Amino acid sequence: MTAPDIGLEERRQKAQSGSAPLIDADEQRRARRRRNEEIAKYAIPIAVMTLAIWYWDRLVVWNEIEPYILPRPGLVLSTLIEDWGTLSQSLLVTLQITGFALAVAVVGGVGLAVIFSLSRFAEMSFSPFAVILQVTPIVSIAPLIFIYIESRMVGLLMCAWIVAFFPILANTTLGLKSADHNLRDLFTIYRANRWQRLVHLQLPSALPYFLGGLKIAGGLALIGAVVAEYVAGTGGIGSGLAFRILEAGYRLQIPRMFAALILIAITGVIIYATTSLIAHLALRKWHESALKRE
Amino acid sequence: MVVAPMGERAPILHMREVDKTFNGGIVALEHMSLDVNEGDFISLLGPSGCGKSTALRLIAGLMPPTAGRIEWEGGQGADDLGVVFQEPTLMPWATVEKNVFLPFRLRGQSFGKVRDRIHEVLALVGLEKFHKSYPRELSGGMKMRVSIARALVTNPRLILMDEPFAALDEITRQKLNDDLLSLKAKTGATVIFVTHSVFESVFLSDRILIMAARPGRVIREITVDAPYPRGIDWRTAPEYGVIAREASATLHGALAQTEAAE
Ligand SMILES: Nc1ncnc2c1ncn2[C@@H]1O[C@H](COP(=O)(O)OP(=O)(O)O)[C@@H](O)[C@H]1O
Ligand SMILES: [Mg+2]
Repeated sequence: MTAPDIGLEERRQKAQSGSAPLIDADEQRRARRRRNEEIAKYAIPIAVMTLAIWYWDRLVVWNEIEPYILPRPGLVLSTLIEDWGTLSQSLLVTLQITGFALAVAVVGGVGLAVIFSLSRFAEMSFSPFAVILQVTPIVSIAPLIFIYIESRMVGLLMCAWIVAFFPILANTTLGLKSADHNLRDLFTIYRANRWQRLVHLQLPSALPYFLGGLKIAGGLALIGAVVAEYVAGTGGIGSGLAFRILEAGYRLQIPRMFAALILIAITGVIIYATTSLIAHLALRKWHESALKRE
Repeated sequence: MVVAPMGERAPILHMREVDKTFNGGIVALEHMSLDVNEGDFISLLGPSGCGKSTALRLIAGLMPPTAGRIEWEGGQGADDLGVVFQEPTLMPWATVEKNVFLPFRLRGQSFGKVRDRIHEVLALVGLEKFHKSYPRELSGGMKMRVSIARALVTNPRLILMDEPFAALDEITRQKLNDDLLSLKAKTGATVIFVTHSVFESVFLSDRILIMAARPGRVIREITVDAPYPRGIDWRTAPEYGVIAREASATLHGALAQTEAAE
């Protein structure tokens, strides 16, 4: 005869809290908070961004700032549309350099990491070079590269590649070494050969590390491409966004500088979002980093 | 209490006066001898640091002994061993069935050919419904079952288990002990089982090797003469208590000696 008791308890709780039983109220509250957070995640940044742009516009108007010092957001937008022909060409060039450099960095970085893991000798021989390339600022190497390399495009590519390459190499190398030691023993007991060990144990273990490196490398490749172009200077056909900024600066076309700058920022965001998405899709089934917890 | 006399079981493995000294001069194992026969359930029981894991790693061929011999009857083949570690040691990126597939994969067999066998073993450990799950979605006890399934799937001559249930809660642990015995009954597996739990060793095994540390060595062998299948009846039998008390006394005596020697 427990049922009436429970009913009594429930009534007492209701009387105390003045609403539904405790658990339900709590759950509802949590659900509501989740829903609000979901909305806030998008609403808050958009609201703040809009406010900032509005304030930028007002600042220019209130202080009567000349457009060649600080243009109004509307002017930047109209410049972007007006000059879209030139700017989109440059955007394409920057994207190509960044994307291609990243792709070569992925192939080279993972390839070299695998070679390092197969041969201690190779690692000892070549890792100093990789480190030296990494720790030397790209702006200081770039002038030399443009002296030795005839093609501007190849030079830019090389600069972007140098900065993007290292995080992929370093992370993948670490990842290949990080396989669980008991699993390694298990592979030994089952007499796995070097190749099986690499494919079925080390590469999957390295995947989260590699993807972490890829996220960093994506941003660095863009930085490398932009910085190298500042060094390369001369433009003409095949000029990227960085050159458009330099050019507009010389001509005091400040709105155009802003327009190019915005395109670079958007490019960076898109690269980051893409690499994050790739990482999420690759890991969501099994890795802790992709796990959703209450 | 009638069990088949030792002589009737085919021998599998012999350890003869095996020593293992590590570089630092630590004598992890001294003069260990052991004959393993088909169908044996042998427990290595002792405090941590007495060389239990070392003994298993030597048998698994993961490192060579410093002295002595380890011989497989009729030579060692690729299918001789299954191993279960203290952690489930599953590949987090692979589904349950792909984890159990591992021993076959490393032999170059295709999944399609052995799928039935894999599902059969998963059914044996009660996980047939979870073959498409990822390890992350399973509880600690379920992961351990997958690990056991992987060790069983090739029908190895010998299964080595290194404190497989030590990290589990008591209730899950008892359940897995029961299940392990019924698995053994169904498959006739031969097991060397490392534990630091007196009760676990008495419940599971037909032979208990009690070990002491510094140097790591076997100080006593106890034969547990109770018939399988064992269950709650054995856990509450008077002989169970007698053997457990004897094993505990031996362990404590050895521990006191080791401490006095320091
Ligand atoms: N690879 C190793 N190198 C050096 N010493 C080790 C190594 N493995 C184990 N030992 C030492 O050997 C002894 C026995 O270790 P182990 O076999 O792991 O004990 P148990 O499994 O019984 O706890 C310990 O003193 C341990 O420190
Ligand atoms: Mg151990």
